[in-house]
Amino acid sequence: MSALTDDTIPVTPRAMRDEMMVFGAMAVLLALVPLTDIYPFFVMQALCFALLACAFNLLIGYGGLLSFGHAMFLGTAGYCSAHALKVWGVTPELGIVVGVAAAAALSVVTGFISIRRQGIYFSMITLALSQLLYFIYLQAPFTHGEDGIQGIPQGYLFGIFNLSKPTVLYYVVLAGFLGGFLLIFRTINSPFGEVLKSIRENEQRAISLGYKTDQYKLLAFILSGTLAGFAGSLKVFVAQNASLTDVHWTMSGEIVLMTLVGGLGTIFGPVVGAFVIIAMQQYLAGFGQWVTVIQGVIFVACVLTFRRGIIGEIAHYFRRSL
Amino acid sequence: MQALYAQLLVGLINGSFYALLSLGLAVIFGMLNIINFAHGALYMMGAFTAYFLLNLTGIGYWWALIIAPIVVGIFGMILERTMLQWLAGLDHLYGLLLTFGIALIVQGVFQNYFGSSGLPYAIPDYPQIGDWRGLQGGINLGFMFLPIYRGWVVIFSLVVCLATWFLIEKTQLGAYLRAATENPTLVRAFGINVPRMITLTYGLGVGLAALAGVLSAPINQVRPLMGADLIIVVFAVVVIGGMGSIMGSIITGFALGVIEGLTKYFYPEASNTVVFVLMVLVLLVKPTGLTGRAA
Repeated sequence: MSALTDDTIPVTPRAMRDEMMVFGAMAVLLALVPLTDIYPFFVMQALCFALLACAFNLLIGYGGLLSFGHAMFLGTAGYCSAHALKVWGVTPELGIVVGVAAAAALSVVTGFISIRRQGIYFSMITLALSQLLYFIYLQAPFTHGEDGIQGIPQGYLFGIFNLSKPTVLYYVVLAGFLGGFLLIFRTINSPFGEVLKSIRENEQRAISLGYKTDQYKLLAFILSGTLAGFAGSLKVFVAQNASLTDVHWTMSGEIVLMTLVGGLGTIFGPVVGAFVIIAMQQYLAGFGQWVTVIQGVIFVACVLTFRRGIIGEIAHYFRRSL
Repeated sequence: MQALYAQLLVGLINGSFYALLSLGLAVIFGMLNIINFAHGALYMMGAFTAYFLLNLTGIGYWWALIIAPIVVGIFGMILERTMLQWLAGLDHLYGLLLTFGIALIVQGVFQNYFGSSGLPYAIPDYPQIGDWRGLQGGINLGFMFLPIYRGWVVIFSLVVCLATWFLIEKTQLGAYLRAATENPTLVRAFGINVPRMITLTYGLGVGLAALAGVLSAPINQVRPLMGADLIIVVFAVVVIGGMGSIMGSIITGFALGVIEGLTKYFYPEASNTVVFVLMVLVLLVKPTGLTGRAA
């Protein structure tokens, strides 16, 4: 059986250099966005989802674990940040800390449960766990059920950055995204990342070499869940609300779709995929449920004919690692 | 006590659907190595086929019980021939992703034309023999009032489940099927058309889902998203029971339905979540599932 990401190219100094150059280009292009006519709200939203998809990709692309419940981290961090900001009136940086800490705690618990099974069962377990949380949030009083938490104050980050100004907020979100991205990039290229890849390729052999694979998988899961939570906390400042949509299984599906479109197991794929899917949702917003149908068609088309994704195809064509 | 029995009955009915759906998932997984995410959508299509048959052609419930599984089964076989078969040899996860996409398409199309509200489907009122008006009305059992239709769903589902078990475990065809699950190449070498068996198996599993859809139409109404949330619960059922044994799926399905019904009576707030909580407990105690082999 071939793995999900079967033609990854080994990391060489040249590959590292390519990747750093692409990263630099991406950072510069994103930094220039406020100077253009592009709607910043759209890019900020896409950046949050891009970070989320990158966190998800860390698990599937490098650990071989397909989580169908990553919305639970997005939603949990969102709800906790929103509650802390609105009800407790904490500062933005504390609000983010609360959300990320909640997502980290959740990922420790759910990771411990779900890594007990591999492959297809892992996906079903994460999906079921996120559905469990969905029902909890539906009934919990602090989430305000169907209404969600609305009108969240943005405040001043570190007391100086006024987050209600779109340009300031944009650079804060961009900094958060780039920071999270670099952390993932560093993880993938660390010895820890190499062990993860070996587990993905052949878990039995990794075990025979003396690696406690369950601990590695759990750590990857926690890292992924925590970063997904960070994306959720950032999103609170952009959207200024936290609602059940963010915990629903359709959101988990969208995260998978973004990563699949961009390229599973590629470094920049999830970013491209997130922009493509968010842009599609923006432009097709008037078509109602046809958006769901189109997403389904993209899923089917990607799996049948385009398994490498956009970045995966480009990387394959140029025989580079991206 | 009346309320407890009523909830137990509801639990048994939900258990019937869990059993029929998880049975189909297990059979499909055995042959195709695919977790069929479209199962909920195909369950919904079964209910809608019954609805269309009644409202467009006047064909009633009893015929729908036969026609809907065949129609949806054929649709499933077309899906298998045109798409799923190309995934052979790839990672299991691609099957999950592909069928998730199919589920989004099917549910999206139905939502577009029928919104999210439920369409009514009446309990059949024929054949009329003496005082009996089809499956309408109920019987007073002394300790509780049993709506005939609900009793019928439980008994009929149980019969279908056991028949499927018999087909797979006790017949010649089932023996081929089990052999092909273990080693398709060898079975092919004996001159058995394994690809055709795979297609038929998918049709069978999907047909069971459609049958559950028809059964549920008079109880839960016909809604485009009726299968979307159900399938996630069924996944939890499958994780708890494991997919290694047919009888295991049936028993786990019914048992979890009953536990859910009891929860509705004793602690209604947890009735949505109890199956997921049980899944967590089972994973902590026995990670391979109650009947499953290691996977």
